Amino acid sequence: MNIKEILDQESDQKRFMLGNEAAVRGVLESGVSLAATYPGTPSSEIGDILFNIAKDANIYFEFSSNEKVAIEVAAAAACSGLRTFSFMKHVGVNVAADSLMTAAYMGVEGSMLILVADDPSTFSSQNEQDTRHFARQANIPLFEPSNPQEIKDYIQYAYEISDKFDIPVIIRTTTRVSHMRAVVETGEYNKNTKTHGEYENIGLHVPVPEIARKMHEELVGKIAEIRKVSNTSPLNQIIDNDANVGIITSGGAYNYVADIVNKYDLNVNILKLGFTHPYPEDLVREFLENNKEVLVVEEVDPIHEIETQAIAGKYHINTNIHGKRDGTLPEIFEYTPDIIINAFENLGLFEVLKREANTPTLIPLPNRPATLCAGCPHRASFYAARQAIDSLNLDVESIHPSDIGCYTLGIAPPYNMANFLMSMGASVGASCGFSKATENQPIISFIGDSTFFHAGIPPLINAVHNKMKFTLVILDNRITAMTGGQTNPGIPIDGMGDEAPAISIEDLVKSIGIEFVETINPLNVNEMIQIYKDALEYDGVSVIIAKYPCNLINKTEIRSRNYIIQVDQDECIHCNKCIDKLACPSITLVDDKISIDQTCIKCGVCIDVCPVSAIKKEEVNQ
Amino acid sequence: MAYNIYICGIGGQGIIKTSIVIGETAIKEDYNVVMSEIHGMSQRGGVVSTELKIGDDKSPIIQDGTADILLAFEPVEALRALEKTNRHTVCVVNTAPIYPSTINQQDLDYPDIDEILEELTSKMDVVYSMDANKIATRAGHPLSMNMAMLGGACAVESFPLEINDIKDTMKENLPPKSIDVNYEAFKMGYESCKK
Repeated sequence: MNIKEILDQESDQKRFMLGNEAAVRGVLESGVSLAATYPGTPSSEIGDILFNIAKDANIYFEFSSNEKVAIEVAAAAACSGLRTFSFMKHVGVNVAADSLMTAAYMGVEGSMLILVADDPSTFSSQNEQDTRHFARQANIPLFEPSNPQEIKDYIQYAYEISDKFDIPVIIRTTTRVSHMRAVVETGEYNKNTKTHGEYENIGLHVPVPEIARKMHEELVGKIAEIRKVSNTSPLNQIIDNDANVGIITSGGAYNYVADIVNKYDLNVNILKLGFTHPYPEDLVREFLENNKEVLVVEEVDPIHEIETQAIAGKYHINTNIHGKRDGTLPEIFEYTPDIIINAFENLGLFEVLKREANTPTLIPLPNRPATLCAGCPHRASFYAARQAIDSLNLDVESIHPSDIGCYTLGIAPPYNMANFLMSMGASVGASCGFSKATENQPIISFIGDSTFFHAGIPPLINAVHNKMKFTLVILDNRITAMTGGQTNPGIPIDGMGDEAPAISIEDLVKSIGIEFVETINPLNVNEMIQIYKDALEYDGVSVIIAKYPCNLINKTEIRSRNYIIQVDQDECIHCNKCIDKLACPSITLVDDKISIDQTCIKCGVCIDVCPVSAIKKEEVNQ
Repeated sequence: MAYNIYICGIGGQGIIKTSIVIGETAIKEDYNVVMSEIHGMSQRGGVVSTELKIGDDKSPIIQDGTADILLAFEPVEALRALEKTNRHTVCVVNTAPIYPSTINQQDLDYPDIDEILEELTSKMDVVYSMDANKIATRAGHPLSMNMAMLGGACAVESFPLEINDIKDTMKENLPPKSIDVNYEAFKMGYESCKK
């Protein structure tokens, strides 16, 4: 469906919606006034859609500079009486955590929902942490929808809880729920009319120690009250089949359980949990008492399993509890129907279930690792860095801390330009550590424009103040590229699509006292190599701003390139430098002949790479 | 009922669009349908697959060995998906290879197409193979390859959706200026597998 349809759809319509589209529809049906995010897969599409419809929906929307800011914007607005929505990927919560913990103490006047998309199996993340820990640490109610329809419906329910108890709430999805498409029946959409609230409770939201103690007491009291609601919530249901084996499950994991139980006609009871923090103690106790064996099926960490064990211990219930901790289910990665079948067999309570899958092929298959796009300006930056480093003929390895974005792909040969990676902004902080801890190893680190605004500035201040020595390359491709092309503070457009002041990276870097600052178009690789060489000799923090737009947003210019790039076969000396050192996917070597295929976007970097000028531009008449 | 369709290929081949056309058609015909798609890193030249389940299943992941159709937009990707299939899975495969952009950095050569087809036919009783890229080019545009593949899927006897409904959904999802080319590619893909 097209984006506007999410907004224009009437009620009681069945539509094939992505989980993230259903989230937006849920936000619209709930009358949200303000939304803020920092893009992160698997939650990114929510922001892409809001960016397109915010004005029509009368919602204020922003791409905040990071997740902590997004939560602060949403919290203050919720304290002013508005209904607010913030959303992020799981690791974004780490950044937001400092304010999130206190937001729970402070409570809200309006209502506040945070949607967090976890990424089991790390399809596009650096770890597979479980957001449900945060809900427990912060004492924030948490919901786990299993499919797009539930995402939409739970959003409305979650706002009601937030409203009733004046507390922020979290919806936790996983990749397979956010990126699942399914039938969603729309509800009533009434265009939001409340664009402004009023901040009235001056002084009530200041958790100095004396007030913080009271706030914590109140929060614990709220959670005790909310536990009563989760015990009787329609989001938590027992599907009783009069069996003596029970499954406790939630979120995406429920789907696999339901399908396997249905397909093999297994006689089990199911407790499907949707409102999972506070954990519904009475309901789980009842379920434990009615089943001799209970299997807990959840993705990622054994959180419900441990809570269930605690309830069994508290009430001296003799039910055997199985899950991750006794090895019935794996402790890592997302689940699949086959993993659930294995778990049922591991329990020894069911016969071996019939399967007839083909075995994998024995033919060795080439891999398709993600690579930088043809003509990506990052490739030029990496190629030039590799050339500059190699020209030093060092007998030590150079160190290349990298960051979160497309340029993490610099890890691949032949560039090998990412050999240390932690989290957003950590390239700069880690460079400080390497600067102090190592002696003769050159350090060139890489960070993108959006990531620099997100978390790269404080560690760069640290680097200047503490007299570090390294080169930071800010790969300014004028967009937040990896997540699909969202705006950031360096772009003259804001989340509403309006004109906005663009923050100059160069001015910012100079203002903190960095003297070696060079801004260059990285497609000029020979100049780029020289700048790297100068930077490597510089005694201090040097910054290279490699500024050229991502292909995704540069289509007009690319289309206007009225020439093609070709290899002159008579002049080619078959040194293979373009293949081995630049490794652009448009350049192919077949039967000893190098050629450039139709995927080329004519960036022209290979022309400078060729040592004998055999790669040439040829004008074409259009 | 449960009818499982596993679609695989490379980013940029129109796999997600094809899957949405199938899913939206299923809704038109009052079926329940779930689908899984992976975004993110996979957009950068990597493998793309979607899993569609028409019927009463809740999870969007196809259990190993239970695909009813394997719709492979690229031959090597068909082999990578074998665990989703069983002997009765019907395979529709595009024989036009896409070499990995990193093939020059890998120790492996791209396998021979005949060897790939032989492997597929040794594991599945019914394999329809066609050069869908060529069909699409003949139909009017190489980018209509995905609709040629969809036509191939519709030629499979067990495929549960009506062609007229599929064509209506294509119209709702594809740009008006390319709809005739896409219809032509769809028809040629269908005919290539039907005979």
